[in-house]
Amino acid sequence: MRRFFLIAIPYAWLTLLFLVPFFIVLKIALSDYALSIPPYTPQLDIGGGWMALKNFFAALDFENFIFLTTDDLYWKAYLSSLKIATISTLFTLAVGYPIAYAMAQAPDEWRPTLMMLVILPFWTSFLIRVYAWMGILSKEGFLNQFLLWTGIISEPLTIINTNTAVYIGIVYTYLPFMILPIYAALEKLDASLLEAAEDLGCSRFQAFWLVTIPLSKNGIIAGSFLVFIPALGEFVIPSLLGGSKTLMIGKILWEEFFSNRDWPVASAVAVVLLLILIIPIVLFQRNQQKQAEAEQ
Amino acid sequence: MRRFSWFNATSLTLGFAFLYVPMIILIIYSFNASKLVTVWAGFSTKWYGELMQNEAFLDAAWVTIKVAVVSSSIATVLGTMAAIVLVRAGRFHGRTLFSGMIYAPLVMPEVITGLSLLLLFIGIGMDRGIVTITLAHATFSMCYVSVVVSSRLISFDRSLEEAALDLGCSQFEAFRLVTLPIIAPAVISGWLLAFTLSLDDLVIASFTSGPSATTLPIKIYSAVRLGVSPEINALSTIMIAIVTVGVITASLVSKRNAVNRQREEQAAARMT
Repeated sequence: MRRFFLIAIPYAWLTLLFLVPFFIVLKIALSDYALSIPPYTPQLDIGGGWMALKNFFAALDFENFIFLTTDDLYWKAYLSSLKIATISTLFTLAVGYPIAYAMAQAPDEWRPTLMMLVILPFWTSFLIRVYAWMGILSKEGFLNQFLLWTGIISEPLTIINTNTAVYIGIVYTYLPFMILPIYAALEKLDASLLEAAEDLGCSRFQAFWLVTIPLSKNGIIAGSFLVFIPALGEFVIPSLLGGSKTLMIGKILWEEFFSNRDWPVASAVAVVLLLILIIPIVLFQRNQQKQAEAEQ
Repeated sequence: MRRFSWFNATSLTLGFAFLYVPMIILIIYSFNASKLVTVWAGFSTKWYGELMQNEAFLDAAWVTIKVAVVSSSIATVLGTMAAIVLVRAGRFHGRTLFSGMIYAPLVMPEVITGLSLLLLFIGIGMDRGIVTITLAHATFSMCYVSVVVSSRLISFDRSLEEAALDLGCSQFEAFRLVTLPIIAPAVISGWLLAFTLSLDDLVIASFTSGPSATTLPIKIYSAVRLGVSPEINALSTIMIAIVTVGVITASLVSKRNAVNRQREEQAAARMT
């Protein structure tokens, strides 16, 4: 009996507040836009019996999904989100790998402090970390003042409200997610393997390329997914650092919902975003499982 | 150990500079006397004073803290239960769906979670406000709690619990007296994680809040959309300070506990 409640309570909670809402999104994505409250039709009238249910299903169609394919804005936004997420994941890897590598090589007594320095920004508000860059990247901002002062540039650069600012924002906010899994992989690496490689005639760079990189592959994969997946649906960064030309699907969904109040289209946008995300999520889960099995 | 090279020293310095300089600049400019965030006009704490007068921010901060305390407590109870189910309950009908529902919210884009919960609340005719935000936050943070707690439960030595049962404890007593104290650090860090997630969340709160309840992130977001303001810098500085003190204290406490435990173990080893 106790076991039943132990399972049933979290199960019921998640079903009601996670699974059911999902089907509602799917349902509204198949409904039509209407000028009413709530702004969609048909609405399910459970009291109406079998006929009402039949009418309800008869009125559902794929119109909103077809609309998404006909309007340029949407597929451009999906492609642009994929591009921004991919490029910023690569940048995060390029910035994060040397940091994780240096942490793994650092003396033992430094490591707890270094770990804390990586984790600390993660506990700090996401919004504040994005906001910090608004002041730095703006036209009269800190970066431009600094570069003008050093004489590297003579005209202020326009960085804020461009895709470059979005890349910087994503790399900055998701960097800990990249560093931690790579560090975890590198920390376990046996240094004698590198010595063996060098004894056998590898240069240091060859030893790094042929031994260190393959052995930290799982960390690289896990870190990349942890950056790519949330970056794809990101809203705050493109909204604060990006400009009107920055197309990202999270921002489109938000605007469709709050500004245009077109709930059916917003729901359809959400369903398609989820379909795109299923592939990386499944790949990520498989990588994690493989790693867990390898450790056992 | 290999020599700590110049290359490594450089990447650590540059890496941590990249992580921390933006926040340091933000903090410095919160003490700027000028309204223009880009011009330094001398040291001043007047923005902190103005912040303390700003009723709207104080109200929002209060709502945020209430939501965070209640939602993270619900999330901790539900998440710990879910972790026990995941690790201990063995096979039961619908297990795959259950673990899917635990892991899916972790990777779900916030805009989708927010949208779907909003549509649910509207569908069942629930007024949006502090209750709906709390329910939404409890739901996504319970998944984080259960991941944290289950990783501790997996490494837990079950024979300790069996010993308690042999010595006459009921199953509930064994849980309360043996299991719970051992997994307590994980439960506490789960609560802290849930608490910070709730404090930080903008997107899900925006979808699930109504005109009656505004949280601090919603307030900050609508202020910073208009541009940088020294008052927001002051607010950010306070939040950064609280988090820094909290994280450093937590790490010192856990370090001291580890040292104590080691000392006790050594003492016990000497006695035998």
